[in-house]
Order: sequence, then structure tokens, then C-alpha cells
Amino acid sequence: MELTGFAQIHAIGASASLFAGAGLVLLAQLARPLWAGRGGDGRAGPGSPSFALALAALAVAAAWSLWHEATGSSGAVLDGAVVVDRFAVYFALLLTASAAAVAVVARDWAQGLGDELASDFYALLLASAGAMVLLAQANDLVAIFVVLETTSIAQFVLVGIGGGGRSAEAGLKYVLAGAVAAAVLLYGFVFLFGVAGTTSLPGIAEVASSDDGELRLALLLGVALVLVGLGFKMALVPSHGWVPDVYQGAPPPVAAFLSVASKAAGFAVALRILYVGLGGGASSVADEIAVTVGVVAAVSMTAGNLGAFWQQDARRLLGYSSVAQAGNIAIGVAALVAGSAVGPSAVLFFLATYAATNLGLFFVVIVVGERTGSYQLSEYEGLARRAPLLAAVLGLCLLSLTGLPPTAGFLAKLYIFNAAVQASQPWLVGLVAVGVLNTALSAFYYLRWARLLVREAPDAAGARRPGPSLLPAGATQLLLLATAAAVLVFGIVPTPLISAARRAAEALVAL
Amino acid sequence: MLTVLLFLPALGAAFVALLPRAREHDARWLALAVRGATLVLAAVVFVAHESGEPGYQFVDRFEWIRAAGAGFSVQYALGVDGLSAPMVLLNGLLSVVAVLVSFRITDRPRAYFAWLLLLETAVMGVFLSLDLLQFFVFWELELLPMYLLISGWGTGRREYSATKFVLYTLAGSAFMLVGFLVLGLAAGSFDIEVLAREPVADAAIPLSLVFWAVMAAFLVKLPVVPLHTWLPDAHTDAPTAVSVILAGVLLKMGGYGILRIALPLLPGQAQEFSTALAAIAGLTVLYGAVITLQQQDLKRLVAYSSVSHMGYVLLGVSALGTTALAGAALQMFTHGLITGLLFVTVGLIYDRTHTREIAELRGLMHRLPLIGAVMVVAGLASLGLPGLAGFVAEFTTFVGAIQQQPAATIAGVGGIVLAAGYILWTVERVFTGPPDERWSGLTDATAWWERAAMGSLVLLIVAVGIFPRPLTDVIRHGVEPIAAVMGAA
Repeated sequence: MELTGFAQIHAIGASASLFAGAGLVLLAQLARPLWAGRGGDGRAGPGSPSFALALAALAVAAAWSLWHEATGSSGAVLDGAVVVDRFAVYFALLLTASAAAVAVVARDWAQGLGDELASDFYALLLASAGAMVLLAQANDLVAIFVVLETTSIAQFVLVGIGGGGRSAEAGLKYVLAGAVAAAVLLYGFVFLFGVAGTTSLPGIAEVASSDDGELRLALLLGVALVLVGLGFKMALVPSHGWVPDVYQGAPPPVAAFLSVASKAAGFAVALRILYVGLGGGASSVADEIAVTVGVVAAVSMTAGNLGAFWQQDARRLLGYSSVAQAGNIAIGVAALVAGSAVGPSAVLFFLATYAATNLGLFFVVIVVGERTGSYQLSEYEGLARRAPLLAAVLGLCLLSLTGLPPTAGFLAKLYIFNAAVQASQPWLVGLVAVGVLNTALSAFYYLRWARLLVREAPDAAGARRPGPSLLPAGATQLLLLATAAAVLVFGIVPTPLISAARRAAEALVAL
Repeated sequence: MLTVLLFLPALGAAFVALLPRAREHDARWLALAVRGATLVLAAVVFVAHESGEPGYQFVDRFEWIRAAGAGFSVQYALGVDGLSAPMVLLNGLLSVVAVLVSFRITDRPRAYFAWLLLLETAVMGVFLSLDLLQFFVFWELELLPMYLLISGWGTGRREYSATKFVLYTLAGSAFMLVGFLVLGLAAGSFDIEVLAREPVADAAIPLSLVFWAVMAAFLVKLPVVPLHTWLPDAHTDAPTAVSVILAGVLLKMGGYGILRIALPLLPGQAQEFSTALAAIAGLTVLYGAVITLQQQDLKRLVAYSSVSHMGYVLLGVSALGTTALAGAALQMFTHGLITGLLFVTVGLIYDRTHTREIAELRGLMHRLPLIGAVMVVAGLASLGLPGLAGFVAEFTTFVGAIQQQPAATIAGVGGIVLAAGYILWTVERVFTGPPDERWSGLTDATAWWERAAMGSLVLLIVAVGIFPRPLTDVIRHGVEPIAAVMGAA
């Protein structure tokens, strides 16, 4: 099928507009002295257009994705290296929404960086988001690797952008871990290419589904290495070591973005490789891969939860919890490789609810951190009285991460566990048992945090220091309400989101 | 109808939470009004449902989560039958009592009553659900209010106890969820009615594993020895009202789950393991009673006696006949009344003396004749005195179980003897003897809410003891289908 030039651009419209936005943000900053006079002393002023441009670019990207969604576009461009389908569109919407939310919440913090760094921040945020959107569309090993590195490089800088020892140290750690992961990933790609003789995922699928005993080992090694490499993005064991350090050291808005968007993009690639490249459960090595992913899931959940147990720093706790949650999602991945038809939609549903939950949680942490200058859990003592809105949102999100009703997190876990059981294999039922037991483990630290919100400090009897006002800016308040509403609505009326996730998943399976 | 019954307390919780601060002391009146209305509705449901008719009544049903083909269609389905109607009534009643005994709460009353009301909705949902996953939703929903109530308004090591309670329950329900999902996959439905009509014969993992996975949650909740250690801690540190609800209603969720789900959905496994269940029951009755004898803390004593008495429920279950099952269901109802009353009186005593050490209390009858008399009635009912409610339930259980499970039944009767021992001994130590001048300043239960809380329960305990027919008829109709399934399996 020969596509016109416009159709080619249309297919990658969302990510192209984000990249264009990134360029515009930088250009506007360069051109700023021309129209803002020569008084630029480097301090952020109300005149800085970076924020507005970034939001506009995200809005265009979201609108473009909605256009795809409405018309049900599907097709391949660039010789099949990039595809557009409902699966990619689902992720595009998820990623642009997350990026927009982060952009809004980060506004105060970015202004504090000064004009130039702020525009760098927004440009990098857009570039990273644009690359992730493209990542969900990539259908070829080379395309995947190039786009993945684009997101990574943007994120390396973002992590270090805060300046100061902590942020720079976190940035360096992230770079090193990322470099190793990229090398491992590339090594895995080499195996896959060696086996299949092509870098196109459908081409690999043809080879993988033919039952050729000689190639099994190479194929298996290739997939295992790829999963380890992608585990860096998804925050899965054994590539999870960077997570708590980077969450703690990176600027909090960046950590929020990483925790949600990077993870989602990682799972998007993993799903596409496993489904399109290995034919879901159809490949000759499906059983081995499923067990491997299952073990990774079990270890990730347990390691993450145990690591989070005694953390006193909110950001480190969220880092470990992110590893544990990635383990939960990996149960769905294991299920789909084992042949559960529900697996992909369960993963998609979980990722969307997780995005809403974790963003809400991070936003509260950001606000409290900005106002009090501390990220210790003890800052949250008695928050319900000092800042009811923050406490309510935080409490709800914590419940959702624990997986208690009536929140979205409960249904997401239920859905993913159900998907695993649907594969009808005893070991997967065992994996679900590990998963639900881990839920009980995680309740220990999530609820400990939630409990702090309503506990009054011992000296609370009237003599309480007034402390800084904790109420955030209006736009942030709205976002907090929006995430809380999403957590509740997806928990009580989940059918629309489940349908969307299923439609997106079907696009993947049908390919 | 049932939907209103279910969500009325939750709605009330929202209103209580939104009361202006200046009027926060009216939270108790609002809570009382809401729970009163809920009780009336529960009573209407209890009386109006036709106990002779088979199947569920007042059914409200629609598809909550639609994901056709994904094996993940969850219904919103409510209904009552002879098994759930008494539980619904009990929950409504004890909820009112719980508000009454909390009338003195001045610490953050809006939050307190809001959580208490939400708890009622969660428990009601467990008793009314006709869908496994919906049942699970409410089962989990109950955790949060309990956690916050115990840790926020309790005494002593309240955070430790609250956390222990949540972790035990979550660990148990974790296995239950696995069991439910496996059952749902095997049958292609999570509808309890459908699953009970055609019990699954084969599943992804051996059915006996499924049985024990599901039972794990119920046995923790009931609780049985050796999974009971969360209970005394939670009780001791919980505020009075929460103890009443915990002992009176929450433990029954375990027994109810066994009768509603474990037995009818997995009849073959229930029969296969009935001896094991009977052994656990006997152990629970005896061990619980022996431990009770050693307690120095009044509240812990009542808590351990609950463990022992819940053993009777499991004993009735393990015999699997109509009479024994009816005895088990009856025991759940009467134990709810009796233990609820015991916790009320213990709470009233603690309010006045600020100690629960049995050794420190003595001669209280001189100062607190009314509370003392009520506690004696509750104690006698608890040890199974004929003419009071406890006797009816225990007698029915023994009669029903003696043939199938003679050894465990004899152990159960032994438990009664021990119960007589610890109850009478406690009454003797706490109430009789010369007046202690330390306690000379105490006033008896004079507030109307205290009298109302005690009076209503005493009345019911006596009424059920003398004239149990209306209740037993309902329950018998409720358990007959279960016994029929067991007979056929």
C-alpha cells in the first residue's frame, strides 16, 4: 500500500507535533532577547512562552491522537518500521496526558530554575514524550532502539537538570544504568536479528512461530536479553537498581514523569515485541518466556515491597513501590505469553489506572516537598487537618496502590489477576497467589503512610506551629482533583476504560 | 430496596463527614438517625421476605463491569434468603447499638461516625452480595474503616493491633481471591446462584486446593485456632463500638462465607474435609475456652470466649446436616447478640473505672447494679442457660452434629462446661464481694442511650431464648438448600 506524503506524516502526527513543539520552545527562548528587550537577567518572568508552547504542543498531539482514535486509523509507514493502530493511540493519549499533567505541576519548580533551564526542561519533556509516543508505534528493532535511546537521552538530562549534587549524582547513575541496559538490549536484538535475518517484528514472528529446534536457544537468549534491557524502562528486576536512587535524586516532577510515562512506554514496547515479534503465545519458546517473565514478576513484587517496608523518604518509598507495581503488571505480561487472551488488555488497563494513581501521589509529594522542603514521611503527620485536599487525594491514591476498593487500583489488580488465571495453568495460579500475598505485604507500608495523614503529632494540643500554607496553585489543585476523580471513576465505572483497553489490545492481536 | 438498604449508611457517612465543624457534635444524632432508618429497612426485609419460597428475594441486579469475552463480567447483584436475612437484621441492630455506646465520643466525631457508617455498608454488602467478585469487593472494603477506627480511636497498642488485623485479613482474602478466580474461570461466571446450581467439577488447580484457598479467608475471619491471634489484640485495643461490631457482625462474615460460598460451591470438597473441619472446630472450642480461663483483662476474656464460641459455628458446619447447619447459623445470630452485649457492658465498666484488669475490679454490684445484672444475663446466655438465646443455638448444633461428628461434639459440650467456669468465675470476681471504696464514686448506667443499648439486646436475647420459632423457621429455610446440596454430593 503506497501512502501519500501526508498520510505518512499523519501516521506519526502526534509525536511529530511534540518534536516540533520541543524545537519551538528552544527557538522561542533563543529569539527572546529580540522581542523582550535586553533586560534579560536570566530570571524567569511571566513573559516566558515555554510553558504555553509546551501545553499547546501537547494539546495538538492529544488532538491528533484523538483524530486517529475517532477514525480508527491503522496502517504502516516508513517501510513498516512505524505503524499506527489503536494500541499506539492508546499509549499516545496516556503519554501526552501524563506529560501535560507533569508540565502543569512542574511550572513553579521550572520557574525557579530560571528562564533558560525552564525552556530546556519543557523542550526535553516534549522530546522525551514525543519519542515515547513514537516508541509505542515502532514495529522494527532498529526503529525501537533509536527511539528508545532518544527518550533515554532526554531523560538523562532531565534527571540531572536540577543541578546540585543530588540531582547530578542521580543523573549519572541513571546514565550508567541506562547505558548498560541499552547494551544488553542491543545484544538481545542482535540475537533476534541473527535468528530471523530481519529486524522487522512481523518478520521475526514468522521465524519464531516455525518450530525449529536449532534456533530455540538463540531465540530464547535474545528475548531474555531484550526483556532485561527493557526492564530498565519498566523498573523490573534485575534492572531496577537505579529506581529508588533516581526517584530520590531527580527533581520530583521528573521522577513523576519517569514513574508513569517511562514505565508505560517500556511495557508498550515489551507487549509489541512479545505479541507482534513472537506471536503472543504462538512462538516455540512461549512457555519458557512465560515462566521467565513470571519469575521476574514474582521477584520484582517481593523485592519492591520488602525494599519499601522501612523507607522514611517518600520518594524512595515510591521508587520501591514502582518496582513492586511493575511486578504486578508483569503478571499480565506472563499471562499473555502463556496464552491468556485477556493479558494485554489487563496490562493496558492497569497502566492507565496506575498513571492516574501515581501521578496524583507524586503531585502531593511535590507540593508538600516544595512547601516544607522535606520529603520525609514524618511531614505527613496530621496532613488531614492542615491540608484536607492533599490528604484526601494522597489517601485515595495510596488505597489505589494497595488495591483496595472502591478505587481503580483494586479493579486493575483484579483484572490482571483474573487474566492470569484465565490462562488456565496451575503455575500462573501460583503466581497470582504470590501477587495477592504481596498485596498484603504492600498494605503494610501504604497504610502506614495513610495512617500518618490522620494522626496528630503528640504536641498537637493547640501548640501546633502554623507551618507554611500547603495549598498549591489553582491549576495544580484542579489536577489533583482530576487524578482523584480518575482513581474513583475508574474504580466504580470501569467499563469504558476496559472497553478502550480491549479495543487497543485487539489491534495488537489482530496484526 | 436492598440497594437503598446497602447504600443508606454510606450516604449518611458522606453527610456526617460534611457537617460543619460547629455542629460536629450532632454527628451522633445524624448517625443514629441513619442507622435507625437502616435498621427499620433491615427489619422490613427480614419480615417481608417469604421464608417458604426458594431462592433469593428482593433481587437487584445489573451488569456492573462488562467485558464480554474477557471472562471479567462482574454483576451488581443483591438478594436475601433465609441465611442472609437474619445477618442483615443483626448488622442493622448492632450498628444502632454501636452508635448508642459511642455517644460520648468527642474526639473527631465526624470522622468517627462517618467511618462507622461506611463499615455498616461494607458488612451489609458482604451479606447481600450474590456475585463472588462483588462479595470480595465488600469484603475488602470493610478493612479500611476498621483499620482507621482501631488505630485512630483505640487504646493501648492500637496501631500494632490495627495493622495485624489488616494483614491477617488481607493474607486470608488473598487466597480467597485466587480461589474465586479459579472457580469463575471454571464455571464461566461469578454468579453465586449459578455456581451453586452446578458446582464445578474441574478447574485449573485441584479443587481441594480451591476449597482451602477459599476457606483460608473465612477461617481467619471466624477465627479458628491457630489463626485467631489477631482477634484478642484487635478487640482489646478497639473502641467499644468497634468491638461490638467486630465480635457481633464481622466474625459472622466468616461463618456466613462458609455457609454461602464454601459449602454450596464446593460440596464434594466440603464433605471430603468435614472431619478436618470438625477437628479444627473441636480444637478451637477447647483451646479457646482454656485460654479464656487464664485471661486477666476483661475485654480479652470476652474476646477469647468469642473464639471458643465461633468453634461451635464450625462444628455445625462440619456436620453438614440441616439441623447442624441451622444450629451454626443460629449460633452466629445469637452469639452476635450475646457478645455484642458483653462488649457493651465491658465498655461501660471501662468508661467508669478506666481499667479492665479483673484483679482490680471487685464488688461492682454495689455501685453498678444495672450493668452488673445485664452482664450476668449476657454471661448466662453465653454459657448456654436454657431460656436464653445461646442455649437454642448450641443445643441445635449439638443435636445436629452428634451423629456425624461425635468426638468434636463431645469436645464442644466440654467447652460449655469450661464456659460456665470462666463466666461464673468472672462474674464472681468482678461483681460480688464487699464494696471497694476505690469504686465508691461510680454511677450506674443512667444515660438513656446506655440503657437503650443494653435493654434492646437483653430483650432480644430473652425473646429468642423463649420463643425462637420465627427465627429458626427463617434460618431453616435458608440452610435447607445447602443441606440438600450436601446430601446429593
